[in-house]
Amino acid sequence: MAVIAGPHDVTQGHVITQTHADVTRDVVATLGPPSRGYLLLLAGAVSLFLIGILTFLVLIKDGLGHAGYQPPIFWSVYITTFVFWVGIGHAGTLISAILFLFRSPWRTAVYRSTEAMTVFAVMTAGLFPIIHIGRQWIFYWLLPYPNQRYLWPNFKSPLIWDVFAISTYLTVSTTFLVFGLIPDVAAVRDKVSGWRKMIYSWSSVGWQGTDNQWRHYSRAYLYLAALATPLVLSVHSVVSWDFAVSIVPGWHGTIFAPYFVAGAIYSGIGMVLTLIIPLRRALRVEHMINAYHFDNLAKLTLLTGSILFYAYAMEYFVAWYSGNIFEQTTFYRRAFGPMWWAGWTMIICNAFVSQLLWFRKVRTNLTALFVISIFINIGMWFERYVIIVSSLSNDYLPWAWGQLNPTWADWGILAGSFGWFGMWFLLFAKTFPIVAIQEIKEMIPMPRKRGGHG
Amino acid sequence: MINLLKRGKGSAGARRVPGLVASFLHVDAAVDAIRALRAKGYRNMVVYSPAPNHEIEEALDHGVSPVRLFTLIGGLTGCTAGFAMTIWMSYDWPLVVGGKPIASIPPYVVIGFELTILMGALSTVAAVALFSVLMGKRGAAYDPRFSDDTIGVFVPTTPEQIAPIEQLLRSAGAEEVRRESA
Repeated sequence: MAVIAGPHDVTQGHVITQTHADVTRDVVATLGPPSRGYLLLLAGAVSLFLIGILTFLVLIKDGLGHAGYQPPIFWSVYITTFVFWVGIGHAGTLISAILFLFRSPWRTAVYRSTEAMTVFAVMTAGLFPIIHIGRQWIFYWLLPYPNQRYLWPNFKSPLIWDVFAISTYLTVSTTFLVFGLIPDVAAVRDKVSGWRKMIYSWSSVGWQGTDNQWRHYSRAYLYLAALATPLVLSVHSVVSWDFAVSIVPGWHGTIFAPYFVAGAIYSGIGMVLTLIIPLRRALRVEHMINAYHFDNLAKLTLLTGSILFYAYAMEYFVAWYSGNIFEQTTFYRRAFGPMWWAGWTMIICNAFVSQLLWFRKVRTNLTALFVISIFINIGMWFERYVIIVSSLSNDYLPWAWGQLNPTWADWGILAGSFGWFGMWFLLFAKTFPIVAIQEIKEMIPMPRKRGGHG
Repeated sequence: MINLLKRGKGSAGARRVPGLVASFLHVDAAVDAIRALRAKGYRNMVVYSPAPNHEIEEALDHGVSPVRLFTLIGGLTGCTAGFAMTIWMSYDWPLVVGGKPIASIPPYVVIGFELTILMGALSTVAAVALFSVLMGKRGAAYDPRFSDDTIGVFVPTTPEQIAPIEQLLRSAGAEEVRRESA
């Protein structure tokens, strides 16, 4: 990998040298027969997923006792992992919707992969509250439906807000992804043959790219982006209120909503980098996703990482300045208590490692970026672990303090979630165009007979 | 059905209308042809392009898509539904929770907001399906190259119009002009 150079020098801005036909050809080529490396990765993901399934079956049979729950900690690894995966999704919507409204030219090449990541991450996250509730077969009690007890959900509870926020987020991001795919699937349909053509024809729902279709489509795309933008900011705010609305020391902070949204985007871009650095090579789209895009992704990481740095500092400052002994004790124990290692993992991986991205040499070095992205993934999982577990482990009464010892059931489900996510992402990357054909074409000026290009 | 799918024609409902289909590799040539056709009074042509293009949009001068009205109606419906549902359900079985009023508006804003987005997005997509797939003009004139790098212009014609329009399309710079019979 090492340093990437070539016609796309980051200092020179971005020049697309491809024609429309090149774009179709190169992207359709990514859908060819899978390589050995791809199959190995897929097998790995499916095996992890099976570990998760086996663990889940044991949990259904015996109950949640296998997980490390003990007083006073009844929200632990599953809720941590839930927040982790919801957060991962946010970078995808930021890139696909918010940067679309800002007309950022660099988003087009990476937006499809990040939007797919969003959908699969939220699909993964949505499983965790269901696993966590224990009696999974009655999860529908969360929904408002007429029942024989004449009871409705408590709409004043953040947990019900979560049900609405997460299901809306999953529906809208899936819609956005599928909607964006329609013209691209039509382009693939016209390049392949046999049974594949039949499947792509069916899934392109009659798309022909007529002026009438484009007219409605482009407008609708704009509105979907405009609706997804406040949605993404709301979803992680609602998730943060699951904690902030309670009065547990360490959770009860007004800073939580922006703090969680910044963290979510930071963690999501970390996952984007982890996914697309190997993917662009495996699918041979290095010329389409290049130093220019990584430089911009890294700048976004730096920005959100710095906001997190500020939020961490502010949490400690507010704890000290509040003069509240419970708040102060919680934060003292985060840094120097029994969970000090988790607290420092979070601070070092998120606040400090992201500061390396001030250097352009780091931002355009893919090996360095990949390593940093792994630190981000680990750091952001630990951030949620620290916020959730360390706050619960020492609340108001010292005799009720306790520790969490995660068990095989916690790790099994965590591993399974990575397998489930990886499996969907890999299958998607080989089935649908992972680089948005139509949006890249829109950026390339069409040839003209009078002067100009062509 | 299978035959239609194999030919990439899209839907089985495509009407066949006699006419001329011209393909263009240069965007300004296609725009010239559209402007010339409109100047002669032809309005019901179909323009195929691999990506949306502002020059073509301007030449066709369609006006803003009515999809936005559906987004608005969907969003307002969702917002109303969210508040109506939470308030009605609270009073249907009144329980005081946390010393708050039975129907407390601030927490219900979250539900109202999420349903606004949800219904707004779904009705937007439904409107696109309605306008561009069910009611849209599509035809047998489609060519697989139109999703790759070629712009296509289809003009429905009567037999006596064929010669002058073919001449017009060729002089604008069409790479190829083909006759489509019914």
